[in-house]
Amino acid sequence: MQYTITVNGVPHSVDIDGETPVLWVLRDTLDLKGTKFGCGAAQCGACTVHLNGLPIRSCQMPIAAVGDAAITTIEAIGQTKVGQHVQAAWIDLDVPQCGYCQAGQIMSATALLTRVPAPTDHDINEAMSGNVCRCATYTRIRAAIKRAAEAGRA
Amino acid sequence: MLNRRNFLRASLAVGGGMLLSARIPLGAYAATLGKASPDAVSLNAYVRIAPDGKITITAKNPECGQGIKIMLPMLIAEELDVAWADVQIEQADLDPRYPAQIAGGSQATPVNWLPLRQVGAAGRQMLIAAAAAEWNAPATDCTTSPGQVLHAASGRSLSYGELATKAATLPVPNLKTVPLKDPKTFNIIGKPTRNIEVPRIVTGQPMFGIDVSVPGMLYAVFQKCDVHGGKLIGSNVAAIRTLPGVRAAFEVKGGKDLHGLLDGVAVVADSWWQANRARQQLEITWDEGDIAGQSSSDFAATANRMAAGNPEIILRRDGDVNAGFGKATHVLEAAYHYPFLSHIDLEPQNCTASFADGKVEIWAPTQNPAPGSKLVAATLGIRESAIKVHMVRAGGGFGRRLSNDYMVEAAWISKVAGAPVKLLWTREDDMRHDFYRPAGYHFFKGGLDADGNLVALSDHFVTFSLDGAVANSADMGPAEYPARMIENLEFGASLIPLRAPTGPMRAPRSNGLGFAFQSFLDELAHAAGKDPVAFALNILGKPRLLPDPPGPRAGPGFDTGRMAGVIKLVAEKSGWGKEKLPSGTGMGLAYYFSHLGYFAEVVKATVSGAGAITVDKVWVAGDIGSQIINPLNAENQAQGAALDGIGAALGQAVLIDGGKVVQGNFDTVLPLRMRQAPPVEVHFLVTDHPPTGLGEPALPPALPALANAIFAATGKRIRSLPLKDHDLSTTA
Ligand code: FES
Ligand code: FES
Repeated sequence: MQYTITVNGVPHSVDIDGETPVLWVLRDTLDLKGTKFGCGAAQCGACTVHLNGLPIRSCQMPIAAVGDAAITTIEAIGQTKVGQHVQAAWIDLDVPQCGYCQAGQIMSATALLTRVPAPTDHDINEAMSGNVCRCATYTRIRAAIKRAAEAGRA
Repeated sequence: MLNRRNFLRASLAVGGGMLLSARIPLGAYAATLGKASPDAVSLNAYVRIAPDGKITITAKNPECGQGIKIMLPMLIAEELDVAWADVQIEQADLDPRYPAQIAGGSQATPVNWLPLRQVGAAGRQMLIAAAAAEWNAPATDCTTSPGQVLHAASGRSLSYGELATKAATLPVPNLKTVPLKDPKTFNIIGKPTRNIEVPRIVTGQPMFGIDVSVPGMLYAVFQKCDVHGGKLIGSNVAAIRTLPGVRAAFEVKGGKDLHGLLDGVAVVADSWWQANRARQQLEITWDEGDIAGQSSSDFAATANRMAAGNPEIILRRDGDVNAGFGKATHVLEAAYHYPFLSHIDLEPQNCTASFADGKVEIWAPTQNPAPGSKLVAATLGIRESAIKVHMVRAGGGFGRRLSNDYMVEAAWISKVAGAPVKLLWTREDDMRHDFYRPAGYHFFKGGLDADGNLVALSDHFVTFSLDGAVANSADMGPAEYPARMIENLEFGASLIPLRAPTGPMRAPRSNGLGFAFQSFLDELAHAAGKDPVAFALNILGKPRLLPDPPGPRAGPGFDTGRMAGVIKLVAEKSGWGKEKLPSGTGMGLAYYFSHLGYFAEVVKATVSGAGAITVDKVWVAGDIGSQIINPLNAENQAQGAALDGIGAALGQAVLIDGGKVVQGNFDTVLPLRMRQAPPVEVHFLVTDHPPTGLGEPALPPALPALANAIFAATGKRIRSLPLKDHDLSTTA
């Protein structure tokens, strides 16, 4: 089947099985490797992207279900102000260890800060608990979200 | 010029400038490491100084999140005296010139600390000599400031870039005698230094094993028998070949080695999704063999039965433990258990391989490439010189990637398929084909005298064997704490035959032993009516070095003073015993020495009436010697290690049923999540000892500190993990 999806503002036509999850279309068809595979079961959040600005687990979303919705990935999240603040805070606080989960963390954090510019610890727990960090960089992720929130207010 | 004594070589770099390369036998460093045959190990370093002053340092070790890629170059850059901003770091491939390319055992710091600084210092001395010759001034009148040589008397200066080509022709200094900087003058070592890879990570650049792409590459999955080592009898593989996108599907006949190529069916397709889709149609008949009878519940029953008898092996005997129990006024017995664990690296195992014309090129996220290359050579029947292994960043290691099973699978599949392939495991593959942290059962008995002193201790450790020998990482040494400090002590072991593969996991052995011993010691402290801190300091006694018993793991010994030092520090920082805690909240202490690092941790936890655990905070105090090389990374590693322990204690166990691992994904093996993660406060006690690593030693105390906090909060003693299996509710 032929599908046209809009990724990071660019329409792409792909001829693919409609059940193929967006994750694999992004990674293996469109060669956008920033979005990661961790569990394939909505358990880890490594595959988080934005669908019309809302965080979704791309391993669970078949391409046939995307329709006209706009997909944003880690590769383009820096084009938004909030995304820039988040990336800068991540660099500044030296958040990652292995780094594998961090694309997903940043996508979830950016969606949170877009919705709630000054999140509480509770907000952070709610928005971020679907994203596993096996290296357990949670202390710094939390601090970086707060740092990015401050930058947003400045 | 080559100095044969210390194997330091300086040569002209391609395009001008100086290339320094060093190959250093590590005999001199044996003492700090306690290695049996240190001469077998040598260390290499490559440094290039370009005419424009840019410094390129090759990072020889694999990177899987431990921060090694910048830490080792920091050592060279410091003594070379260059600005960190001028340093570029290149990742080396697997190269026979680098014999110790491994990420494991927290060894990078102790092994590299002196030699890499000496390499930098030698380079600096040659640059000074080049400037001195230029100016016709004595070298002793010249100094350096980052990136340049200065002659204070005349106010002249030359940049390293200008001097490098000349320096390359000068005699090289003796590494052993080259003067090193006074640590007080360090500009790079000890300064918080950011990981240079983070800008690439936060923008989603392809950099991990799973991101590798080579021209003409196909995607592969590999179905093995979920009963470890099961043999393939037959399959419907012919039908799989007709499924959409499938380019090849074939049976693989493997060997017996669980670390090598095993029986299975490979499916190769145009996309990974198609390969994995097709795989779901596979019907395979296996010969599961005699191991299909093994189950975790049977292990527990066997352990109890063994505990009723004498240990099969005596590991250590001091004094007379039975006489000790006889004289004790209080004797306590308790049985402890910790489960099998999976490493759950977030990036599932994968590898890309391209086999053509008898040669194979491999891109592997591995912690340990050299044995992988040997394994591929032996399995494919090719020479090692026909194999090129690129080390690719790994999304977590934790010891799992010390094995190279995924590497040999990718190479084999590429060869049979006749195309480059990327093999990617599913999460279920990863969890069901791991080298598990072995479970263990400890049957303790402790005797206290009238003053509450621990006068006798015994442990009957029921652990596992594979093919008659103690299973990988399932052993315990004769120096296990508190051996050497207790008058009457006996450690014995009995072995349950196991067929599931086991292997090292972050802080191997210590990650389980620490839980069992430190929990039982806490139990003894309470039975003695003593504060756990005072009880611990009493066992440690006066500061002294206790030498290790001879044996393969003999190290530099155990320093009771260093252990006491971190216990006191963590007590002070956590406000131990100072605060009246609300009911349902408690603090627990645990301390442990592993991988040359001394760590004490305090956990504060609250248990609700309904039995829900909140970990409120963790305090970590560590003594890893005289210098924290990169404080920014050290804090991250120590926090991560402590939280790793908390996560495992709360929600992780791998159970075996009918020879298969029951769990397959993160819905049953629960990784720590943001809402469970407490703040972790890290303190280092700087002592006058050589710096050592911290990727591992901060982990073991976290689990028992949490279990002990739960006891303090609820009065319920936790004698098995994970905590999710315990009912801690107090309300009906
Ligand atoms: S890969 Fe999608 S949630 Fe884990
Ligand atoms: S940084 Fe390794 S999984 Fe998060």
